[in-house]
Amino acid sequence: MRFGIAVFPGTWSDRDCKHAVELAGHEAVMLWHKDRDLQRSDCVILPGGFSYGDYLRAGAVARFAPLMESVAEFADAGGLVWGICNGFQILCEAHLLPGALTRNSSLEFRCAPTWLRVEAVDNAFTAGCARGDVLQIPVSHGEGRYVADEETLDMLERDQRVAFRYVRRDGSAVEGESPNGSMHDIAGIVNERRNVLGMMPHPERACEPSLGSSDGMQLFTCVAKSFSDNRAMPVAAAP
Amino acid sequence: MTSAQLAAASDADLAEVALTRDEYVHLVESLGREPNRLELGIVGALWSEHCSYKTSKSLLRTLPTKGPRVLQGPGENAGAVDIGHGLACVFKIESHNHPSAIEPYQGAATGVGGILRDIFTMGARPVALLDSLRFGPLDEPHQRHLFDGVVAGIGGYGNCIGVPTVGGELYFDESYRTNCLVNAMCVGVVEQGSLTRAIASGPGNLVLLVGADTGRDGIHGASFASVVLDADSAARRPAVQVGNPFLEKCLMEACLELAGDPRVVAMQDLGAAGLCGSTAELAHRGGCGIEVDVARVSRRETGMTPYEVMLSESQERMLIVARPADVRSLQEVFERWDLHSDVVAVILPEQRFVVRDGGDGVCNLPLDLLVDGAPPRSAPGPRPDRAAPVDMSGGVAPAWSLDEAFLQLLGSPNLGSRAPVFRRYDHQVGDATVILPGGDAAVVRVDGTTLGLALGTDGNSRYAALDARHGAMIAVCEAARNVVATGATPVAVTNCLNFANPEHADVWWDLHDAIEGIGEACRALGIPVVSGNVSLYNDTGGTGIDPTIVIGMVGVINDVALRCTAGFRDEGDLIALIGPIDAELGGSEYQRIAHGVNSGTPPRLDIELERRVHEFVLEAIAAGLLHSAHDCAEGGIAIAVAESCLLGDIGARVDIDGLGSHEGLINGATGILFGESQSRFVISFAREALVRLHELAGRHSVPFRDLGSVGGERVCVTGRIDVSLAGVRRVHEGALIERE
Repeated sequence: MRFGIAVFPGTWSDRDCKHAVELAGHEAVMLWHKDRDLQRSDCVILPGGFSYGDYLRAGAVARFAPLMESVAEFADAGGLVWGICNGFQILCEAHLLPGALTRNSSLEFRCAPTWLRVEAVDNAFTAGCARGDVLQIPVSHGEGRYVADEETLDMLERDQRVAFRYVRRDGSAVEGESPNGSMHDIAGIVNERRNVLGMMPHPERACEPSLGSSDGMQLFTCVAKSFSDNRAMPVAAAP
Repeated sequence: MTSAQLAAASDADLAEVALTRDEYVHLVESLGREPNRLELGIVGALWSEHCSYKTSKSLLRTLPTKGPRVLQGPGENAGAVDIGHGLACVFKIESHNHPSAIEPYQGAATGVGGILRDIFTMGARPVALLDSLRFGPLDEPHQRHLFDGVVAGIGGYGNCIGVPTVGGELYFDESYRTNCLVNAMCVGVVEQGSLTRAIASGPGNLVLLVGADTGRDGIHGASFASVVLDADSAARRPAVQVGNPFLEKCLMEACLELAGDPRVVAMQDLGAAGLCGSTAELAHRGGCGIEVDVARVSRRETGMTPYEVMLSESQERMLIVARPADVRSLQEVFERWDLHSDVVAVILPEQRFVVRDGGDGVCNLPLDLLVDGAPPRSAPGPRPDRAAPVDMSGGVAPAWSLDEAFLQLLGSPNLGSRAPVFRRYDHQVGDATVILPGGDAAVVRVDGTTLGLALGTDGNSRYAALDARHGAMIAVCEAARNVVATGATPVAVTNCLNFANPEHADVWWDLHDAIEGIGEACRALGIPVVSGNVSLYNDTGGTGIDPTIVIGMVGVINDVALRCTAGFRDEGDLIALIGPIDAELGGSEYQRIAHGVNSGTPPRLDIELERRVHEFVLEAIAAGLLHSAHDCAEGGIAIAVAESCLLGDIGARVDIDGLGSHEGLINGATGILFGESQSRFVISFAREALVRLHELAGRHSVPFRDLGSVGGERVCVTGRIDVSLAGVRRVHEGALIERE
């Protein structure tokens, strides 16, 4: 399977995502922000970082990159798009996912291990997990507080589009003590069609026991398995 | 202004450029004429303490800088050592104290930006940042403001650029109330063949200025860092630069694309004294000259004079020397990253430093005089007599039980948990941090190899305040111990020497002694010094800091899978203390907390024992005998055991009655529990390893004492301390949190 990894100026988890993809036994190609070519990727990762310095608002400038036009088309066609951290922020800015990510309620940057409860498994990214599984995956962000209006939150909950929720280590509710103060403790959501996932935590940092957790590897494995199980899934065409 | 008009530079003119009358006279005599105003400003910047090291240079020459691993010693942007696998580790520590005292966020942020450039200028990808911070008492609002601002600034820059901040240390002490310290260390890795130097060559070659446009920010930064702070310092805020980590990220990636590229003759970042300092150093190292045309420098403000353009310390700028035929293709590399570049200078065959403003020559100085000509400053006076050390704690016991003393120490700002700081730094980006901050040294694995780099900074200024030479030796040993505790062999040192006003004899002699101490310890342990920085004039209104010798240590683990951590691991494991028990309390944190003084003599240090203890621990870790190893430092055995419990999330029971006779030991149980004797580790291991460890300790002639065992949910010292692990954690974690 071929993962395309977007590189905007200011992106920094591109190299870590490449490392994780290759560790999972797949191919990684880097996608330059000025290009429109997705290089026949089977899944596009929008990695973490501070694209364009996150000036103005996190992800606000990146959505206008030429590459993002192709990513939006690819998503519309049902292609797999995975936004991690800054990538999640970009997906919200690009309206490929609803809601927004605002400053952490602590008003401080947070780099810490977090525990995510898998809330939905009807998508390519978590299809191999069971509902209620708890994954240890770290966060590292200053603007990760997920916010949306009541209507949107109701819709996300009703349609089971909340992919991950911050929980305690034992899976119990954090009761307002999430790392960023997200509404409904939301850590990740999928789009209606379930081919686009946005999440604030960094699975690419949790793929080896020596880095503290290998739970993130499950997600890379799930994506690859979903893809091979469902060959009908679109592949980004060469331009 | 013509030279004639400046024939007698006024005191105000000289104060403006921070030159003394004697230095000015020396300049005029060497030149054979009066300098014009631009030349005077340029000389002032390059002869500043910050650029010229006129006070410390002769002392620093005594440091050991050579060794089989050393690829690059002092004199370049950073030092470099051979770590095997054809790779070099490039690293340096640098201060940004004065700017941080005025504007903590930007001061600290640009400190990080500056040290990062020093590393990627050499072609190395930065893999880790560390920060050594000092503030006044944390319960004072202004100190809290500085602390918060500095931590936010370090995070703001490091997090954005995507280099993990993995370690450092933090102390609060009255001596830093008016002069906080911010020392930033960066570590990078590069293939040895791609190591890039900042040595200009080839007359006729062109010099590209890449990155940010030049503005008026940071003018006089170098001179600013070379004078004492005063009531007007806040008005010098324009001398503090503003950082743009996003621009630096682009600059870094572009420069790393060019690492090892034959089109790059030399690379040099712009730091202190801006374009002036960087062009002069670049040419001087290559034994050639340089002609800068300020008219070609892109600016972000109109109406800048040549003087302002040359002295601006605008951040995120880099110089590239290239053959004329290669300039265009290099510019294309930068354009891909949307970076602007201008050809601003040409390399000259003769060693002159020439500045033009379009057609007009505005400066023409002999390069050697500019870079190397500052008259060295010798001792301002004879060594002052020091009173014999007196222990002011007077043996008066505080009204605390040992239990209470233990919790007081654990919850004190100097010994409490650093988590509230580290969680504000991205310490994991790069997928390489295999020992996270919070233990002894952090360990970063090296991509594509089995290697691990153990990194730490250390520098206890309480010991140095009592005895600078001794304190410096302890700083080296303790930094080495932190690295050794992970299983890494210390390979090289970078140092940052933070001192008060060296024009005072006591400060000058402390600096002298500290450098001697570093040299002696490094020679004894076989660890060369490959880079460093001196920050003097940390003095405000006549109040100077205690001598603060910060040692940045790099260690190498050949097989990172064999690394050792500081946390206790398994129920039933045995705990032992390696090293001496002298029950000394001079200079200890206990003395600070219990008696509010720093007095007596600092802990003794037997450097040969230190070396043997390192060998013992490294051999024990390599043989897989240890489940944990932790440097026993501030707060003594009690705090070291508690830290190992917290890191391992498991309790321990320790018995100090088993440590043999207490006779002859002053301070009794208090001294044993909280004394800070040197050359010590608290280790834990499976019962089965005991015999082999005893044998190993005998072979290395190191004291080995049974302390107790791991297990339970309490931290216990039989008959003296008994606190639940949860209680210990609550106190420890609350130490840096602002109390409402």
